[in-house]
Amino acid sequence: MTPEALLGGFATAPQQSARAFRAALEAMARPGTIWTLDGAAPPAPVSIAAGVLVLTLCDGTTPLHVGPSFDTPLVRDWITFHTGAPLVAAPDAQFALGSWADLTPTHRFAVGLPDYPDRSATLIVEMPTLTTTGPRLTGPGIATHAHLSLPETAAFQANRALFPLGFDTYLTCGNRVAALPRSTKVEAV
Amino acid sequence: MTEQAYNFAYLDEQTKTMIRRAILKGVAIPGYQVPFASREMPMPYGWGTGGVQVTAACLVPEDTLKVIDQGADDTTNAVSIRRFFQRTAGVAVTEATTEATVIQTRHRIPETALAEGQILVYQVPIPEPLRFLEPRETETRKMHELEDYGLMHVKLYEDIARHGQIATSYDYPVKVEGRYVMDPSPIPKFDNPKLAGNAAIQLFGAGREQRIYALPPYTEAISLDFDDYPFVASKADHACDLCGAAASYLDEVITDDQGSRMFVCSDTDFCGSRRAAGHVGRLGTPLAGGK
Repeated sequence: MTPEALLGGFATAPQQSARAFRAALEAMARPGTIWTLDGAAPPAPVSIAAGVLVLTLCDGTTPLHVGPSFDTPLVRDWITFHTGAPLVAAPDAQFALGSWADLTPTHRFAVGLPDYPDRSATLIVEMPTLTTTGPRLTGPGIATHAHLSLPETAAFQANRALFPLGFDTYLTCGNRVAALPRSTKVEAV
Repeated sequence: MTEQAYNFAYLDEQTKTMIRRAILKGVAIPGYQVPFASREMPMPYGWGTGGVQVTAACLVPEDTLKVIDQGADDTTNAVSIRRFFQRTAGVAVTEATTEATVIQTRHRIPETALAEGQILVYQVPIPEPLRFLEPRETETRKMHELEDYGLMHVKLYEDIARHGQIATSYDYPVKVEGRYVMDPSPIPKFDNPKLAGNAAIQLFGAGREQRIYALPPYTEAISLDFDDYPFVASKADHACDLCGAAASYLDEVITDDQGSRMFVCSDTDFCGSRRAAGHVGRLGTPLAGGK
Protein backbone atom coordinates (compact mmCIF):
# COMPACT_ATOMS: atom_id res chain seq x y z
CA MET A 1 0.00 0.00 0.00
CA THR A 2 1.35 3.40 -0.97
CA PRO A 3 1.63 6.06 1.76
CA GLU A 4 -0.54 8.47 -0.24
CA ALA A 5 -3.46 6.08 0.19
CA LEU A 6 -3.47 6.87 3.90
CA LEU A 7 -4.20 10.56 3.29
CA GLY A 8 -7.34 12.38 2.25
CA GLY A 9 -9.89 10.89 4.64
CA PHE A 10 -12.20 12.77 6.99
CA ALA A 11 -10.44 14.72 9.74
CA THR A 12 -13.48 14.61 12.07
CA ALA A 13 -15.45 11.68 10.72
CA PRO A 14 -18.61 11.88 12.88
CA GLN A 15 -19.37 15.51 12.01
CA GLN A 16 -18.15 15.46 8.42
CA SER A 17 -19.95 12.24 7.52
CA ALA A 18 -23.10 13.60 9.15
CA ARG A 19 -23.01 16.75 7.00
CA ALA A 20 -22.18 14.69 3.91
CA PHE A 21 -25.08 12.35 4.56
CA ARG A 22 -27.53 15.24 4.95
CA ALA A 23 -26.48 16.57 1.54
CA ALA A 24 -26.71 13.05 0.07
CA LEU A 25 -30.16 12.60 1.66
CA GLU A 26 -31.45 15.93 0.35
CA ALA A 27 -30.06 15.09 -3.09
CA MET A 28 -31.76 11.66 -3.16
CA ALA A 29 -35.00 13.07 -1.75
CA ARG A 30 -35.10 15.97 -4.22
CA PRO A 31 -33.95 14.61 -7.61
CA GLY A 32 -32.55 17.27 -9.89
CA THR A 33 -31.15 19.48 -7.12
CA ILE A 34 -27.39 19.93 -6.79
CA TRP A 35 -25.65 19.83 -3.40
CA THR A 36 -22.08 20.28 -2.20
CA LEU A 37 -19.94 17.60 -0.56
CA ASP A 38 -16.61 18.44 1.05
CA GLY A 39 -14.08 17.08 3.50
CA ALA A 40 -12.24 14.32 1.64
CA ALA A 41 -9.30 14.44 -0.76
CA PRO A 42 -9.46 11.20 -2.75
CA PRO A 43 -6.73 10.32 -5.26
CA ALA A 44 -7.27 11.28 -8.93
CA PRO A 45 -9.37 10.63 -10.93
CA VAL A 46 -11.95 10.31 -8.12
CA SER A 47 -13.79 13.58 -7.51
CA ILE A 48 -14.20 15.09 -4.05
CA ALA A 49 -17.95 14.41 -4.06
CA ALA A 50 -17.55 10.76 -5.10
CA GLY A 51 -14.83 10.28 -2.50
CA VAL A 52 -17.03 11.77 0.22
CA LEU A 53 -19.93 9.52 -0.79
CA VAL A 54 -17.72 6.44 -0.60
CA LEU A 55 -16.42 7.46 2.84
CA THR A 56 -19.95 8.23 4.08
CA LEU A 57 -21.85 5.22 2.75
CA CYS A 58 -19.38 2.35 2.36
CA ASP A 59 -17.82 0.08 4.94
CA GLY A 60 -16.62 -3.52 5.22
CA THR A 61 -20.13 -4.84 4.56
CA THR A 62 -20.71 -3.07 1.22
CA PRO A 63 -19.08 -4.64 -1.87
CA LEU A 64 -17.91 -1.87 -4.20
CA HIS A 65 -17.27 -2.04 -7.95
CA VAL A 66 -14.69 0.35 -9.34
CA GLY A 67 -15.02 1.12 -13.06
CA PRO A 68 -12.00 0.34 -15.30
CA SER A 69 -11.03 3.96 -15.88
CA PHE A 70 -10.92 4.56 -12.10
CA ASP A 71 -9.31 1.25 -11.19
CA THR A 72 -5.78 2.37 -10.26
CA PRO A 73 -3.75 0.81 -7.43
CA LEU A 74 -3.90 4.09 -5.51
CA VAL A 75 -7.70 4.34 -5.78
CA ARG A 76 -8.08 0.72 -4.68
CA ASP A 77 -5.71 1.25 -1.75
CA TRP A 78 -7.45 4.47 -0.74
CA ILE A 79 -10.89 2.83 -0.69
CA THR A 80 -9.57 -0.24 1.12
CA PHE A 81 -7.73 1.75 3.78
CA HIS A 82 -10.51 4.26 4.48
CA THR A 83 -13.62 2.05 4.19
CA GLY A 84 -12.58 -1.62 4.06
CA ALA A 85 -15.15 -2.18 1.33
CA PRO A 86 -14.48 -5.39 -0.65
CA LEU A 87 -13.74 -4.57 -4.32
CA VAL A 88 -15.87 -6.78 -6.57
CA ALA A 89 -17.24 -7.24 -10.10
CA ALA A 90 -20.35 -5.35 -11.20
CA PRO A 91 -23.01 -8.05 -10.54
CA ASP A 92 -21.93 -8.44 -6.89
CA ALA A 93 -21.66 -4.73 -6.13
CA GLN A 94 -23.79 -2.80 -3.67
CA PHE A 95 -22.04 0.40 -4.75
CA ALA A 96 -20.31 1.21 -8.01
CA LEU A 97 -17.95 4.05 -8.82
CA GLY A 98 -16.90 5.13 -12.30
CA SER A 99 -17.63 7.13 -15.41
CA TRP A 100 -20.85 6.47 -17.31
CA ALA A 101 -18.86 4.57 -19.94
CA ASP A 102 -17.42 2.40 -17.13
CA LEU A 103 -20.80 1.59 -15.64
CA THR A 104 -22.76 0.84 -18.83
CA PRO A 105 -24.36 -1.49 -19.63
CA THR A 106 -26.23 -0.93 -16.38
CA HIS A 107 -28.17 -4.21 -16.52
CA ARG A 108 -25.11 -5.83 -14.92
CA PHE A 109 -25.96 -4.23 -11.57
CA ALA A 110 -28.26 -5.63 -8.89
CA VAL A 111 -31.79 -4.21 -9.09
CA GLY A 112 -33.08 -5.90 -5.93
CA LEU A 113 -35.51 -8.76 -5.46
CA PRO A 114 -39.28 -8.48 -5.87
CA ASP A 115 -39.74 -9.00 -2.11
CA TYR A 116 -36.57 -7.05 -1.17
CA PRO A 117 -36.20 -4.22 -3.70
CA ASP A 118 -33.73 -2.49 -1.37
CA ARG A 119 -31.07 -5.12 -2.20
CA SER A 120 -29.99 -3.11 -5.20
CA ALA A 121 -26.91 -1.24 -6.32
CA THR A 122 -26.23 2.46 -5.90
CA LEU A 123 -24.18 3.89 -8.77
CA ILE A 124 -21.83 6.82 -8.25
CA VAL A 125 -21.34 8.22 -11.74
CA GLU A 126 -18.51 10.69 -12.30
CA MET A 127 -19.65 13.37 -14.73
CA PRO A 128 -17.59 15.89 -16.74
CA THR A 129 -20.29 18.51 -16.07
CA LEU A 130 -23.32 18.66 -13.79
CA THR A 131 -26.05 21.22 -14.42
CA THR A 132 -29.79 21.57 -13.93
CA THR A 133 -30.47 21.41 -17.65
CA GLY A 134 -31.28 18.49 -19.90
CA PRO A 135 -33.83 15.67 -19.52
CA ARG A 136 -37.05 16.47 -17.67
CA LEU A 137 -37.58 14.75 -14.32
CA THR A 138 -40.88 14.12 -12.55
CA GLY A 139 -41.82 11.90 -9.64
CA PRO A 140 -41.48 11.67 -5.85
CA GLY A 141 -39.42 14.50 -4.38
CA ILE A 142 -40.15 16.86 -7.26
CA ALA A 143 -42.89 19.49 -6.81
CA THR A 144 -43.60 20.02 -10.52
CA HIS A 145 -40.63 19.06 -12.65
CA ALA A 146 -36.84 19.37 -12.65
CA HIS A 147 -34.04 19.09 -15.15
CA LEU A 148 -30.67 17.40 -14.78
CA SER A 149 -27.74 16.82 -17.15
CA LEU A 150 -27.98 13.02 -17.27
CA PRO A 151 -25.47 11.05 -19.33
CA GLU A 152 -28.38 9.45 -21.24
CA THR A 153 -32.12 8.92 -20.88
CA ALA A 154 -32.81 5.41 -22.21
CA ALA A 155 -31.00 3.55 -19.40
CA PHE A 156 -32.87 5.55 -16.74
CA GLN A 157 -36.22 5.04 -18.47
CA ALA A 158 -35.57 1.30 -18.59
CA ASN A 159 -34.62 1.44 -14.90
CA ARG A 160 -37.83 3.31 -14.01
CA ALA A 161 -39.84 0.65 -15.85
CA LEU A 162 -38.54 -1.92 -13.34
CA PHE A 163 -39.96 0.00 -10.34
CA PRO A 164 -40.01 -0.89 -7.46
CA LEU A 165 -36.86 -2.69 -8.58
CA GLY A 166 -33.96 -0.76 -10.04
CA PHE A 167 -30.66 0.87 -9.16
CA ASP A 168 -30.25 4.34 -7.68
CA THR A 169 -27.77 6.84 -9.03
CA TYR A 170 -25.60 9.63 -7.68
CA LEU A 171 -24.04 11.96 -10.24
CA THR A 172 -20.87 13.68 -9.08
CA CYS A 173 -18.70 16.43 -10.56
CA GLY A 174 -15.97 18.10 -8.51
CA ASN A 175 -17.48 18.73 -5.09
CA ARG A 176 -21.07 18.73 -6.35
CA VAL A 177 -23.60 15.94 -6.28
CA ALA A 178 -27.11 15.25 -7.58
CA ALA A 179 -29.13 12.07 -7.44
CA LEU A 180 -31.61 10.12 -9.51
CA PRO A 181 -33.53 7.50 -7.54
CA ARG A 182 -35.25 4.67 -9.42
CA SER A 183 -38.63 6.35 -8.77
CA THR A 184 -37.95 9.34 -11.06
CA LYS A 185 -39.53 9.47 -14.51
CA VAL A 186 -37.10 10.75 -17.14
CA GLU A 187 -38.15 12.35 -20.45
CA ALA A 188 -35.82 13.64 -23.12
CA VAL A 189 -36.43 17.26 -24.08
CA MET B 1 -22.77 20.57 26.61
CA THR B 2 -21.81 17.33 24.88
CA GLU B 3 -21.01 14.14 26.75
CA GLN B 4 -17.45 13.50 25.61
CA ALA B 5 -17.68 9.81 26.45
CA TYR B 6 -20.06 9.23 23.55
CA ASN B 7 -19.59 9.54 19.82
CA PHE B 8 -21.45 12.40 18.13
CA ALA B 9 -25.18 11.59 18.29
CA TYR B 10 -24.54 8.53 20.50
CA LEU B 11 -24.32 5.78 17.85
CA ASP B 12 -21.00 4.53 16.49
CA GLU B 13 -20.05 5.48 12.94
CA GLN B 14 -20.59 2.09 11.33
CA THR B 15 -24.09 1.85 12.79
CA LYS B 16 -24.96 5.30 11.48
CA THR B 17 -23.54 4.36 8.06
CA MET B 18 -25.78 1.26 8.00
CA ILE B 19 -28.85 3.29 9.02
CA ARG B 20 -28.03 5.96 6.44
CA ARG B 21 -27.90 3.38 3.65
CA ALA B 22 -31.32 2.09 4.76
CA ILE B 23 -32.74 5.63 4.80
CA LEU B 24 -31.48 6.31 1.26
CA LYS B 25 -33.04 3.09 -0.08
CA GLY B 26 -36.24 4.00 1.74
CA VAL B 27 -36.28 7.41 0.05
CA ALA B 28 -35.65 5.78 -3.34
CA ILE B 29 -38.57 3.34 -2.86
CA PRO B 30 -41.27 5.48 -1.18
CA GLY B 31 -43.43 3.49 1.24
CA TYR B 32 -41.31 0.31 1.16
CA GLN B 33 -40.09 -0.92 4.56
CA VAL B 34 -36.31 -1.35 4.49
CA PRO B 35 -34.96 -3.84 7.05
CA PHE B 36 -32.12 -2.49 9.17
CA ALA B 37 -30.01 -3.82 12.05
CA SER B 38 -31.72 -1.89 14.84
CA ARG B 39 -29.57 -1.36 17.92
CA GLU B 40 -30.46 -1.39 21.56
CA MET B 41 -30.89 2.18 22.70
CA PRO B 42 -30.77 3.52 26.25
CA MET B 43 -34.57 3.56 26.43
CA PRO B 44 -37.19 0.82 26.25
CA TYR B 45 -38.80 -0.36 23.03
CA GLY B 46 -41.98 1.59 22.50
CA TRP B 47 -40.34 4.84 23.60
CA GLY B 48 -39.09 5.77 20.17
CA THR B 49 -35.96 3.66 19.67
CA GLY B 50 -36.52 3.60 15.90
CA GLY B 51 -37.10 7.33 15.66
CA VAL B 52 -34.08 8.02 17.85
CA GLN B 53 -31.82 5.92 15.61
CA VAL B 54 -33.06 7.67 12.46
CA THR B 55 -32.65 11.06 14.13
CA ALA B 56 -29.12 10.13 15.27
CA ALA B 57 -28.18 9.15 11.71
CA CYS B 58 -29.55 12.43 10.30
CA LEU B 59 -28.36 15.00 12.85
CA VAL B 60 -25.60 17.44 12.01
CA PRO B 61 -24.02 19.72 14.65
CA GLU B 62 -25.81 22.76 13.17
CA ASP B 63 -29.29 21.26 13.56
CA THR B 64 -32.09 22.60 15.72
CA LEU B 65 -34.12 19.70 17.11
CA LYS B 66 -37.75 19.64 18.15
CA VAL B 67 -39.33 16.56 19.72
CA ILE B 68 -43.06 16.13 20.18
CA ASP B 69 -45.14 13.43 21.79
CA GLN B 70 -48.79 13.49 20.65
CA GLY B 71 -48.21 17.11 19.62
CA ALA B 72 -46.81 18.19 22.97
CA ASP B 73 -43.25 19.40 23.54
CA ASP B 74 -43.41 19.05 27.30
CA THR B 75 -44.28 15.39 27.91
CA THR B 76 -41.86 12.85 29.36
CA ASN B 77 -40.97 11.11 26.10
CA ALA B 78 -40.36 14.37 24.25
CA VAL B 79 -38.34 15.95 27.06
CA SER B 80 -36.12 12.91 27.57
CA ILE B 81 -35.34 12.43 23.85
CA ARG B 82 -34.63 16.14 23.46
CA ARG B 83 -32.21 16.04 26.42
CA PHE B 84 -30.63 12.87 25.06
CA PHE B 85 -29.59 14.63 21.86
CA GLN B 86 -28.64 17.83 23.67
CA ARG B 87 -26.20 15.75 25.70
CA THR B 88 -24.89 13.37 23.04
CA ALA B 89 -24.95 15.58 19.92
CA GLY B 90 -24.79 19.06 21.41
CA VAL B 91 -27.49 20.29 19.05
CA ALA B 92 -29.72 23.30 19.68
CA VAL B 93 -33.31 22.51 20.64
CA THR B 94 -36.53 24.40 20.18
CA GLU B 95 -40.24 24.03 20.70
CA ALA B 96 -41.11 26.22 17.68
CA THR B 97 -42.02 24.19 14.58
CA THR B 98 -40.75 26.88 12.22
CA GLU B 99 -37.30 27.07 13.88
CA ALA B 100 -36.62 23.32 13.85
CA THR B 101 -34.59 21.59 11.14
CA VAL B 102 -35.23 18.08 12.47
CA ILE B 103 -38.50 17.21 14.22
CA GLN B 104 -38.91 13.83 15.88
CA THR B 105 -42.55 13.05 16.45
CA ARG B 106 -44.64 10.48 18.20
CA HIS B 107 -48.09 10.18 16.61
CA ARG B 108 -48.70 13.71 15.27
CA ILE B 109 -47.77 15.95 12.35
CA PRO B 110 -47.36 19.58 13.47
CA GLU B 111 -50.25 21.90 12.55
CA THR B 112 -47.86 24.46 11.09
CA ALA B 113 -46.97 23.52 7.51
CA LEU B 114 -43.42 22.19 7.18
CA ALA B 115 -40.90 23.69 4.78
CA GLU B 116 -38.08 22.50 2.54
CA GLY B 117 -34.96 21.78 4.57
CA GLN B 118 -36.93 20.24 7.45
CA ILE B 119 -36.97 16.52 8.27
CA LEU B 120 -39.86 14.91 10.14
CA VAL B 121 -38.89 11.65 11.91
CA TYR B 122 -41.74 9.41 13.05
CA GLN B 123 -41.56 6.88 15.87
CA VAL B 124 -43.31 3.78 14.58
CA PRO B 125 -44.49 0.89 16.80
CA ILE B 126 -45.81 -1.49 14.08
CA PRO B 127 -44.57 -0.56 10.59
CA GLU B 128 -46.50 -3.29 8.75
CA PRO B 129 -50.01 -2.09 7.83
CA LEU B 130 -51.11 -5.68 7.19
CA ARG B 131 -49.72 -7.10 10.46
CA PHE B 132 -53.01 -7.28 12.37
CA LEU B 133 -54.64 -8.91 9.35
CA GLU B 134 -51.82 -11.37 8.61
CA PRO B 135 -49.32 -12.11 11.40
CA ARG B 136 -46.72 -13.91 9.24
CA GLU B 137 -43.93 -11.72 7.90
CA THR B 138 -43.32 -14.14 5.01
CA GLU B 139 -46.94 -13.64 3.90
CA THR B 140 -47.11 -9.86 4.28
CA ARG B 141 -43.84 -9.52 2.38
CA LYS B 142 -45.32 -11.60 -0.44
CA MET B 143 -48.48 -9.47 -0.37
CA HIS B 144 -46.39 -6.29 -0.78
CA GLU B 145 -44.42 -7.96 -3.58
CA LEU B 146 -47.63 -8.91 -5.43
CA GLU B 147 -49.34 -5.62 -4.56
CA ASP B 148 -52.09 -7.74 -3.04
CA TYR B 149 -53.88 -5.30 -0.76
CA GLY B 150 -57.36 -6.77 -1.01
CA LEU B 151 -57.25 -7.76 2.66
CA MET B 152 -56.89 -4.12 3.70
CA HIS B 153 -59.98 -3.16 1.72
CA VAL B 154 -61.86 -6.06 3.32
CA LYS B 155 -60.89 -4.67 6.73
CA LEU B 156 -62.19 -1.21 5.83
CA TYR B 157 -65.33 -2.77 4.36
CA GLU B 158 -65.93 -4.70 7.59
CA ASP B 159 -65.65 -1.39 9.44
CA ILE B 160 -68.51 -0.09 7.30
CA ALA B 161 -70.57 -3.27 7.67
CA ARG B 162 -70.19 -3.19 11.45
CA HIS B 163 -70.19 0.52 12.27
CA GLY B 164 -71.78 2.17 9.24
CA GLN B 165 -68.59 4.09 8.54
CA ILE B 166 -64.84 3.51 8.31
CA ALA B 167 -64.14 3.41 12.04
CA THR B 168 -60.35 3.36 11.71
CA SER B 169 -59.42 6.70 13.25
CA TYR B 170 -55.64 6.47 13.57
CA ASP B 171 -52.92 4.38 11.89
CA TYR B 172 -55.02 4.92 8.75
CA PRO B 173 -53.31 3.18 5.78
CA VAL B 174 -52.17 5.16 2.75
CA LYS B 175 -51.11 4.05 -0.72
CA VAL B 176 -47.84 5.68 -1.74
CA GLU B 177 -47.32 6.67 -5.39
CA GLY B 178 -49.81 3.99 -6.47
CA ARG B 179 -47.56 1.17 -5.27
CA TYR B 180 -46.94 0.37 -1.58
CA VAL B 181 -49.58 0.50 1.14
CA MET B 182 -47.90 2.17 4.09
CA ASP B 183 -48.64 2.53 7.79
CA PRO B 184 -48.29 6.22 8.63
CA SER B 185 -47.60 5.33 12.32
CA PRO B 186 -50.48 5.95 14.75
CA ILE B 187 -51.12 9.55 13.71
CA PRO B 188 -54.81 10.53 13.79
CA LYS B 189 -56.38 10.26 10.35
CA PHE B 190 -56.88 14.03 10.64
CA ASP B 191 -53.16 14.27 9.84
CA ASN B 192 -53.23 11.95 6.82
CA PRO B 193 -53.72 14.70 4.21
CA LYS B 194 -50.49 16.32 5.46
CA LEU B 195 -48.49 13.21 4.50
CA ALA B 196 -48.98 13.90 0.80
CA GLY B 197 -47.22 16.69 -1.02
CA ASN B 198 -45.33 17.72 2.11
CA ALA B 199 -42.29 19.94 1.44
CA ALA B 200 -40.28 18.23 4.20
CA ILE B 201 -38.61 14.80 4.08
CA GLN B 202 -40.58 12.31 6.17
CA LEU B 203 -38.68 9.37 7.67
CA PHE B 204 -40.20 6.52 9.68
CA GLY B 205 -38.21 4.42 12.15
CA ALA B 206 -39.43 1.25 13.88
CA GLY B 207 -36.77 0.06 16.35
CA ARG B 208 -38.24 -3.14 17.73
CA GLU B 209 -39.52 -4.20 14.30
CA GLN B 210 -36.24 -3.15 12.61
CA ARG B 211 -37.73 -1.25 9.69
CA ILE B 212 -37.11 2.17 8.14
CA TYR B 213 -39.28 3.74 5.47
CA ALA B 214 -39.69 7.15 3.97
CA LEU B 215 -41.79 9.63 2.06
CA PRO B 216 -39.71 12.02 -0.03
CA PRO B 217 -41.10 15.57 -0.40
CA TYR B 218 -44.06 16.09 -2.73
CA THR B 219 -44.97 12.42 -2.76
CA GLU B 220 -48.46 11.09 -3.38
CA ALA B 221 -49.98 9.31 -0.36
CA ILE B 222 -53.67 8.50 -0.77
CA SER B 223 -55.73 7.33 2.19
CA LEU B 224 -57.53 4.13 1.22
CA ASP B 225 -61.31 4.46 0.90
CA PHE B 226 -64.30 3.57 -1.27
CA ASP B 227 -66.14 5.67 -3.85
CA ASP B 228 -69.32 5.63 -1.74
CA TYR B 229 -67.47 5.94 1.59
CA PRO B 230 -64.76 8.53 0.91
CA PHE B 231 -61.96 9.21 3.37
CA VAL B 232 -62.80 11.95 5.91
CA ALA B 233 -60.07 13.62 7.98
CA SER B 234 -62.11 13.79 11.17
CA LYS B 235 -61.54 15.69 14.41
CA ALA B 236 -63.57 16.58 17.50
CA ASP B 237 -66.33 18.95 16.43
CA HIS B 238 -65.22 21.87 18.60
CA ALA B 239 -62.86 24.80 18.60
CA CYS B 240 -59.88 24.89 20.95
CA ASP B 241 -60.99 26.18 24.35
CA LEU B 242 -57.67 27.91 24.96
CA CYS B 243 -56.82 29.53 21.61
CA GLY B 244 -60.08 29.27 19.68
CA ALA B 245 -58.53 27.48 16.68
CA ALA B 246 -61.33 25.84 14.70
CA ALA B 247 -59.25 23.66 12.40
CA SER B 248 -56.61 22.07 14.63
CA TYR B 249 -56.61 18.55 16.07
CA LEU B 250 -57.98 18.55 19.62
CA ASP B 251 -57.40 16.62 22.83
CA GLU B 252 -60.36 16.16 25.15
CA VAL B 253 -59.54 16.95 28.78
CA ILE B 254 -61.86 15.90 31.62
CA THR B 255 -61.89 18.74 34.14
CA ASP B 256 -64.01 17.37 37.02
CA ASP B 257 -66.19 14.40 37.97
CA GLN B 258 -69.41 16.17 36.91
CA GLY B 259 -68.86 15.56 33.19
CA SER B 260 -67.20 18.87 32.46
CA ARG B 261 -64.63 18.78 29.74
CA MET B 262 -62.58 21.03 27.57
CA PHE B 263 -61.01 20.64 24.15
CA VAL B 264 -57.49 21.92 23.61
CA CYS B 265 -55.09 21.81 20.68
CA SER B 266 -52.92 18.71 20.73
CA ASP B 267 -50.09 20.75 19.13
CA THR B 268 -48.82 22.79 22.11
CA ASP B 269 -46.53 25.01 20.01
CA PHE B 270 -49.39 25.86 17.62
CA CYS B 271 -51.75 26.63 20.52
CA GLY B 272 -49.15 28.60 22.46
CA SER B 273 -48.17 30.76 19.51
CA ARG B 274 -51.83 31.50 18.75
CA ARG B 275 -52.42 32.52 22.36
CA ALA B 276 -49.30 34.66 22.29
CA ALA B 277 -50.74 36.35 19.22
CA GLY B 278 -53.86 37.26 21.21
CA HIS B 279 -56.33 34.53 20.23
CA VAL B 280 -58.54 33.51 23.14
CA GLY B 281 -60.83 30.47 23.25
CA ARG B 282 -63.99 29.76 25.23
CA LEU B 283 -62.22 28.95 28.50
CA GLY B 284 -58.94 30.70 27.76
CA THR B 285 -57.57 33.74 29.50
CA PRO B 286 -55.37 36.25 27.68
CA LEU B 287 -51.71 35.48 28.31
CA ALA B 288 -49.89 37.92 30.55
CA GLY B 289 -48.21 40.40 28.27
CA GLY B 290 -50.45 39.31 25.39
CA LYS B 291 -52.40 41.73 23.26
